Amino acid sequence: MAWPRWGLIPRLVRLLRMTERVRVEDALKHLYHSEAAGRPSTVESLAGALEVGRGRALRLVERLGELDLARSANDTVTLTPAGRAYALRIIRTHRLWERYLADRTGVAPAEWHEQAERQEHALSAVETDALASRMGNPMYDPHGDPIPTPTGELPARLGEPITALAPGTAATIIHLEDEPREVFERLLAEGLVPGAQLRLVEEGPREVRFRIEGKEHVLPPVLAANITVERLPRAEVEAEQAHRTLADLVPGEAGRVIRIAPSCQGPQRRRLLDLGVVPGTVVTAEFSSASGDPVAYRIRGALIALRRSQAAQVQIEPAALAAAS
Amino acid sequence: MTGTACHGCAPARASRLVQLGVPQTRWDYLVALAGNPNTGKSTVFNALTGLRQHTGNWPGKTVVRAEGVFTHGGKRLKVVDLPGTYSLQAGSADEEVARDFLLFGAPDVTVVVVDATRLERNLNLVLQILEITGRVVVCLNLMDEARRHGIAVDPAKLAGELGVPVVPAAARRGEGIPELMDTVLRMAKGEVKTMPFRLREHAPEVESALGELIPRVEAAFPGLPNARWVALRLLNADQRIEQAVRSGELGRLEEAGFTVGDAGEGAVAVAASQAIEELLQATERLRWRLSPGFQDALATSLYTAAQRIASRVQLSGLRRARFDFDRRLDRLLTSRTFGFPLMLLILAVVFWITIEGANVPSGLLASLLIDTVHPALRSWSAGMGLPWWLSGFLFDGVYLATAWVVSVMLPPMAIFFPLFTLLEDFGYLPRVAFNLDALFRRAGAHGKQALTMCMGFGCNAAGVVATRVIDSPRERLVAILTNNFSLCNGRWPTQILMASVFLGSLAPAALAGLVSASAVVGVAVLGILATFFSSWLLTRTVLQGEATSFSLELPPYRPPRVLQTLYTSLIDRTAIVLWRAVVFAAPAGAVIWLIGNLTVGGASLAEHLVRWLDPLGVLIGLNGVILLAYIVAIPANEIIIPTVLMLTVLAGRLAGVGPGAGVMFELDSIAAVGDLLRGAGWSVLTGLNLMLFSLLHNPCSTTIYTIYKETGSVKWTVVSVLLPLGLGFTVCFLVAQVWRLLA
Repeated sequence: MAWPRWGLIPRLVRLLRMTERVRVEDALKHLYHSEAAGRPSTVESLAGALEVGRGRALRLVERLGELDLARSANDTVTLTPAGRAYALRIIRTHRLWERYLADRTGVAPAEWHEQAERQEHALSAVETDALASRMGNPMYDPHGDPIPTPTGELPARLGEPITALAPGTAATIIHLEDEPREVFERLLAEGLVPGAQLRLVEEGPREVRFRIEGKEHVLPPVLAANITVERLPRAEVEAEQAHRTLADLVPGEAGRVIRIAPSCQGPQRRRLLDLGVVPGTVVTAEFSSASGDPVAYRIRGALIALRRSQAAQVQIEPAALAAAS
Repeated sequence: MTGTACHGCAPARASRLVQLGVPQTRWDYLVALAGNPNTGKSTVFNALTGLRQHTGNWPGKTVVRAEGVFTHGGKRLKVVDLPGTYSLQAGSADEEVARDFLLFGAPDVTVVVVDATRLERNLNLVLQILEITGRVVVCLNLMDEARRHGIAVDPAKLAGELGVPVVPAAARRGEGIPELMDTVLRMAKGEVKTMPFRLREHAPEVESALGELIPRVEAAFPGLPNARWVALRLLNADQRIEQAVRSGELGRLEEAGFTVGDAGEGAVAVAASQAIEELLQATERLRWRLSPGFQDALATSLYTAAQRIASRVQLSGLRRARFDFDRRLDRLLTSRTFGFPLMLLILAVVFWITIEGANVPSGLLASLLIDTVHPALRSWSAGMGLPWWLSGFLFDGVYLATAWVVSVMLPPMAIFFPLFTLLEDFGYLPRVAFNLDALFRRAGAHGKQALTMCMGFGCNAAGVVATRVIDSPRERLVAILTNNFSLCNGRWPTQILMASVFLGSLAPAALAGLVSASAVVGVAVLGILATFFSSWLLTRTVLQGEATSFSLELPPYRPPRVLQTLYTSLIDRTAIVLWRAVVFAAPAGAVIWLIGNLTVGGASLAEHLVRWLDPLGVLIGLNGVILLAYIVAIPANEIIIPTVLMLTVLAGRLAGVGPGAGVMFELDSIAAVGDLLRGAGWSVLTGLNLMLFSLLHNPCSTTIYTIYKETGSVKWTVVSVLLPLGLGFTVCFLVAQVWRLLA
């Protein structure tokens, strides 16, 4: 039972230590986010954020002090440089793991945040860096948030809530809030992704209306406030209208690539780019397989088979067939 | 870097090369061979190095590497074949290996093989390589194919555009290879002046960031030939480059040619490390200024440049003729009506030729090795007065098992693999993957698994090696773990024998042949279903997640080169697999002989083991003999039946059957085998379950070893053993229970 390493008692000890570590790390994250938002943190705010009693939160702040990660003075708790670096490392792991889930697995978007909440405490700095390097050092998580670098670099957040735009403004979605989960699920259900370009139609007390690729979205302001956007420098939106995709081509038809949909990320996107699916490329659908899917496309002289789900990510406009080369 | 021999190789480069797996021995110049997949890169490699090459994996990676040496103009040039990639963004293990070698291995010359029929796409890679090094020779390959398709490329113009030598070639016919060797040697000696094309027109935001960063790179690493590329990679957050900058490794790449004076070295080092620190800080700052989609913009500008160059060097007006034959053939081979029937027909013909064609040579080999050489060895040993145990161990054990494996395994493999390679060479196999992808997609796997599955019907070890064509790691692992469900050549004899003895006899004599044949086909089909089922299971449990990336290039049809194919497939596939099988079979032969002849308490070890395994065997509708045979005959499925017969005689203490304890044998007639087995208590259930267990059990040790080599992971090797074994025990157990309930 008490066998070192595998016995019940050492396991319990490890579990206790683990939960302490989780709490310390969650506290650091709360302190960091408050600091970034310009709000002071207190023992109360910590207790609220971590859903623990005041006594426990107090002990936690003491522990953070012992570890030289945070200091408390005049009722407010502030991060030390060491604490800030630690918090950024946790945030880095969290966002990187979300990116990993989004790009490399079939885990549903609504699950990303919760899985990352667990994983952020489990990965060491070395493991995190190895993961980052294996994924080509992504800079943004799938919600559009920047991923801190190994040295803890993180740019100030730009952008504004969509509700702050004037009607007619063109903007890019840069962030979708992933907490609470219900909000994020609603936004996902609308088909919104970071990188999508929109034009605000109307902003009122009852509803916010905006168009993406010809489709109109209507959301109550309380929900829409969870969408952060960045104004486009120019007036035109990249994809104002609904577009056809490669998947719509029948054999013999050609199309000129406008762009790869922003929801296609990671290795999928990179492979398409490497094969020459870049804006301006003329692609011809040649023939479909005996089972209908995949379809072979002529892309820059080569015959490449793409599955329907991939082809549907490539938005095109009509093009003359003969130009294919 | 100097051009003369390897005198210029600084110790730093030598140690880096050792790290990259290329020790500094017996060559004057180092040549890297790069290119897109399907450009005939390996043909160029073979044409350059002849057959003096060896293959293995890159250190720490399960990416294939081949290298060889050729001598030209009195110099020895070592050629390292880099993995075929579409780009150098280091997004996959292949790309990382290629990029690292080009940068840190600092080859004297890099030959980029380019497909003249797909110039634009290939130039994309050429342009990326030119950013790293100017010591490039472009081999414009497949000129013959381009001519056939009505495409003409002007090599001189292309050389002018790229600023490096371009050698037109048709490597399949050996055209252009001598010229390529000349140019490579002159480049290695430093006799060629180059002005490599470098892309100068990225998006404004990228250009402005580069404008700030390049001077800093140059300040930190004076004399670096590819400062622009390094700056771009830093903006791309390329960890490996960042690490090389931080450690100063990047600077040492250029030290090969000159020595830094002793005086003032310390001051230089301090200044350099300060410059490096500033560079890294500037990078971090600038990186966040770029818009998230700037990588797309980079890819676009590369392709725009590639397109412009291609349009200048390609002669137009010839385009009408192109791809007409290919197109018509493709429409036929992938049509909804004829696609699948044609595929089944072609595969059936391949199997038929293999099985029919292997009979005669197998018989000849068996009569030579087993019926002639074996008795000769025995009588020779008797004449020499060798003790019985020594001759038994050597000739009845080690020799007989090896001879058996060779005679049963060699002929079908020597027929099947060349046929398969011919289909591959012609370009049909990618179309099979294309047609079958829909099925594999539903199981969460890659269409190319269809190919490795078919290959597995020849030999699972070869099938596992063939999974290298699947470039997405998860799908490749699925293909490796499920390959064993393809009923390999070595298992067909067991299937056919069991079906004829136990199932054929259930039907009226006129239908017996048909019944047993369909039973064997049924088992093979069951194997295919097991492949789909276990792929589906794996991708939903331990390998959870959607297909990571799918891309399948359909190369143009090419007339197959029969002799070359025969030669390389015999060398590459048959010989390697056979050698591994022999290495494993010899000790197994020894074990088989030993358990038959070592006695404990009046009974042989084999009898004890059989008795001990019998309850488990009977529970799942088999018996102790079969289980023991599968344990000791793990090296090769070919020797299962001889081992079973030997053990049956031994365990039943039957006198007058077979040549003696521990000596494997076969009987001449199927009826005699049936009588022997029924006499030992075998029922129809035993025969049926043996057929099922032969399909669903652990891979042979050759395959297990190959899986370990390919995955580099003990964990996945264990899974590959336990998965089919678990499935086999479950299926056999269920069949036995149902059978006994009904009977």
